[in-house]
Amino acid sequence: MLQALNKESLPIPYHQIAMNHCNCPGQHAPNPPDACPAPRLKEDPAPPSGLDFGVITGWEPLNTIASPMVANEHVSFRERLRNLSVRWAYKRHNHRITPGLYSFGAPDGTSPVLVTANYKLTFDKLRSHLSGLQLWILVLDTKGINVWCAAGKGTFGTNELVNRIRSTGLARLVTHRTLILPQLGAPGVAAQTVEKETGFRIKYGPVYARDIPRYLANGMRKTGEMRTVHFTLMERLSVVPVEMIHALRLLIPAILVALLLGFTKPESPIAYPLIVIPGCLLIGTFLFAALLPYLPSRAFSSRGAILGVLWSALVAWLTHTPMSSAWPSALIATSICAYLAMNFTGCSTFTSQKGTEIEVRLSLPWILSGIFAGVLLPVILTILL
Amino acid sequence: MKFRFHHNGSSLSLDSGLCTGCRRCVEVCPHAVFSIVKNRAAIVDRASCMECGACALNCAPGALSVVSGVGCAAAIINGMLSGKSPSCDCSASCC
Repeated sequence: MLQALNKESLPIPYHQIAMNHCNCPGQHAPNPPDACPAPRLKEDPAPPSGLDFGVITGWEPLNTIASPMVANEHVSFRERLRNLSVRWAYKRHNHRITPGLYSFGAPDGTSPVLVTANYKLTFDKLRSHLSGLQLWILVLDTKGINVWCAAGKGTFGTNELVNRIRSTGLARLVTHRTLILPQLGAPGVAAQTVEKETGFRIKYGPVYARDIPRYLANGMRKTGEMRTVHFTLMERLSVVPVEMIHALRLLIPAILVALLLGFTKPESPIAYPLIVIPGCLLIGTFLFAALLPYLPSRAFSSRGAILGVLWSALVAWLTHTPMSSAWPSALIATSICAYLAMNFTGCSTFTSQKGTEIEVRLSLPWILSGIFAGVLLPVILTILL
Repeated sequence: MKFRFHHNGSSLSLDSGLCTGCRRCVEVCPHAVFSIVKNRAAIVDRASCMECGACALNCAPGALSVVSGVGCAAAIINGMLSGKSPSCDCSASCC
């Protein structure tokens, strides 16, 4: 039994432990048959419900110290498909794995320990970049949230890390005292406190999992590039689907408003509001994310408004709608674009709370008045004239 | 492509007298706001600071301070509506 081992008996054959999914070193006192359960195979019935395990198999709780679970670098087609559906906000909140210690490859007492979140998307991304490495992965319970957001909430935090180090008995598994945390976990973890409480020194590794092999080969030294967070076109587009799904909540009100506008101005082509208002849900999310770096102004809302105006003008030109009948729809579409763009601050990697707060306070009155004016003014004018 | 945002870094402050030059802030900052100059930390790109709070939390001598929070409009609007301070726990559909 692991906890019965004293320091002299280290190192124990960890890779065997990991592979056999059993914590019983055979050379020690014979164990009663029940204490050393048979290896759990991939095909075995899934452990506790409600959790998405994927290929991560083999865990056997053993008294107070859980034996390591096993992970590899292979993300199956089914898992990729599931990860893709999560990107589209489908059942995103139960996409998590069991927190605790995982072995990757055939680690021993000197192998590095990586720390990560229990969001399945995060874990899959991490392990897919670790091919050929032997290490331990300590998964914190972040309630299925990615590292950076969880650090902001404090679930990827000092307390959880300290408790997880203790509950997994990590200090008895490895001979060194170094943990490698993802750099973006730093807003939640006070490294000096963890060291004081557990004796483990924290090194913040690279921002991106793809840099981990290079970081380890480099003697755990980061280059400036490994420290810097980006917001590339692909990164921006990868967060767009969730934004689009959220924006869909506005679709039915948008269509209703468009129909209302179409009927209050019967001389205008009804096609215009029906294209420009629902269409702006795509413009304010997808196109905005794609063009973010190229739009003038620092505020997200005004960048979105610029797109909204251009979109309204383009549709007016294409449908030969005169300005006199296009303006209410254009006003509404521009306001919605500004609102959706402003919401993209939460997806971005560089906005501060103070700046966002100021932007919300300045923009929201304009956005709301734009929508109200676009809806009410034509109705009032129709009644009056 | 370096992104900027208005009022970024406005609450970040560094007391050089307390700094021990341990480089922790350089290690954790995702936007290269710090650099080590003459064995002390220096703020070299304040406008890139998103006030995530990583540096201040990990600054053992307490030389750094920053008012950190979520730079998310949805969280801020929810905070305004509910009367609470903005947080990521706004809804089940958020991050």
